[in-house]
Amino acid sequence: MNELALAVPYLGKRHPAAARWVVIAIAIGAPLIAVLFGKTWVRILDFAMLYVMLAIGLNLVVGFAGLLDLGYIAFYAVGAYTFAFLASPHFDIHLPFWLVLPAGAACAAVAGIILGLPTLRLRGDYLAIVTLGFGEIVRIFLNNLNHPVNITNGPQGINMIDPLVLFGWDISRPLKIGDEITVNSLFLYYYVFLAFVVLSIILVQRLQVSRVGRAWAAIRDDELAAKAIGINTRNMKLLAFSLGATFGGVSGGLFAAFQGFVSPESFSLMESIAVLTMIVFGGMGNLAGVIIGALALTALPEVLRYVAVPVQQAVFDRVILDPEVLRMLLLSLAMIFMMLLRPAGLIPAYSRYSRPELVVGKAASGEAGK
Amino acid sequence: MITLLEAKNITKRFGGLTALSDVSLTIRKGEVYGLIGPNGAGKTTFFNVLTGAYTAEEGEIVFGGTELPAGKPHLVVAAGIARTFQNIRLFREMTALENVMAGHHIRSRANPFSILLQTRQAKEEERLITERAFELLKYVGIERFADTVSKNLSYGDQRRLEIARALATEPQLLALDEPAAGMNATETAKLRELVQTIRHDGVTVLLIEHDVKLVMGLCDRLAVLDFGRKIAEDVPAEVQRNDAVIAAYLGGHAKPKKGAPA
Repeated sequence: MNELALAVPYLGKRHPAAARWVVIAIAIGAPLIAVLFGKTWVRILDFAMLYVMLAIGLNLVVGFAGLLDLGYIAFYAVGAYTFAFLASPHFDIHLPFWLVLPAGAACAAVAGIILGLPTLRLRGDYLAIVTLGFGEIVRIFLNNLNHPVNITNGPQGINMIDPLVLFGWDISRPLKIGDEITVNSLFLYYYVFLAFVVLSIILVQRLQVSRVGRAWAAIRDDELAAKAIGINTRNMKLLAFSLGATFGGVSGGLFAAFQGFVSPESFSLMESIAVLTMIVFGGMGNLAGVIIGALALTALPEVLRYVAVPVQQAVFDRVILDPEVLRMLLLSLAMIFMMLLRPAGLIPAYSRYSRPELVVGKAASGEAGK
Repeated sequence: MITLLEAKNITKRFGGLTALSDVSLTIRKGEVYGLIGPNGAGKTTFFNVLTGAYTAEEGEIVFGGTELPAGKPHLVVAAGIARTFQNIRLFREMTALENVMAGHHIRSRANPFSILLQTRQAKEEERLITERAFELLKYVGIERFADTVSKNLSYGDQRRLEIARALATEPQLLALDEPAAGMNATETAKLRELVQTIRHDGVTVLLIEHDVKLVMGLCDRLAVLDFGRKIAEDVPAEVQRNDAVIAAYLGGHAKPKKGAPA
């Protein structure tokens, strides 16, 4: 929260308290503004929240622990399919949301450890290649596990997944307040997702400023030195993989409930790369940067997509560039310009792994003022 | 005097090359023990075997009465041996304070759950780690750079920070790999003071060093390695007079006069 507040231009450094309220106001008011441009935009915001969660989880692995993971979307898939298995007519199991979501998170965490174990000795490019393979393997499994026994229903995916039901309240239905006002379920989803995002931020920040966060940063900066101060690098890496995967799993479960439908094509390599792009774009390792990166790169292509089609039609009388192609084009352009202009990302990482003010305030000498 | 560490018949080979051959040495509690030798004599190899980075083919190391686990650096640190590196290896993106705090890792016990829930113990431990890290920065004299990202520190201060980080693991034996390398005379003098303070505060020091003046002035006892063998182990004054040592440093079969400087 503080990091996000600091990221607010002008206000952030001068009036952090005011900046914090600005962040809260934006977070709460965003869908109300978005709806002015049409309901689709609220839907995009909902997806943006899911991507923020994914980015936060991936940042934990890549940004904090320095383990380049190109197959992160596999955990999103594991979470989504677990949700689909346990809450849809596919197996005719309909467990409550509060059971299914943790199950998805747990499965993703286990998948994280399964990926982590064989890759403990790998770093950098080599790790990237193995994780990339892992992501593809999961997708191919989902695609083909409909034969001889139908588990995943193959490329058709799984339909009619149960919506989110919180304490007996189905949020996929419009909420009626009195007779006059009806709140569309897209809004309800937004606020539920926002709650999850806020919770994720709090949890990740707690991890960052702790012995675990410092151990990750130590492994990222110099693995040999990390071992030399007694960090059990194996356990810490597995912890990073599994915790990172947990966020992916939760996000995947929410995605499944929100869409009501999952299929393998949602979990392609391009999605892994898109999430990685978000955190590189925003500023790897920096929570605020990662969040802003995720929001920007979810929203920007959509904005341009809605602008591009009418513009092309007006100018050329037909659509020359498919919006999906345009999206990838824009992502790559964004990356290229980012690398040229701000190689450290939108908000360069100034990550803190300590809170010296805990002590400086009373114990230490002169530099307490800082 | 109590024996703190005993290396018994350590042999380490890299393919056909025998880097350490049957090296035995004994470090006593509370002393500053020097390990010297010409380039390529096997000093750093010994260091890496001692700290668990390498596994020796033969021999064992007994530390404080128990055998050290081979090839498990984090368990060696847990047993009470901390090291620094010849080419400084700090956590570059972390501040000086955070580097030292990371050094407390093995002496703290908060787990992911207590951290996520921010239990009282976890909070208290975090405060304590911060406090101790500050004290260690003061101890080595760089507390004014607590908030500086470590890659931006000067060379001498980086060395000091590395020592502070090693001390954060609460070692009984502090192993310094060429701590004075690349330091100017003033920095070396300050380092010497620091090592003496550390020893005075009850930590045994193992010192690998090229700076002969520093070694002779600082160490209680010395071992000399040459081509992977120990050729001498004695107090500095005796080592200086040892024929084999002089031959190793000056080459050939030098026949020194009595009292000649090494």
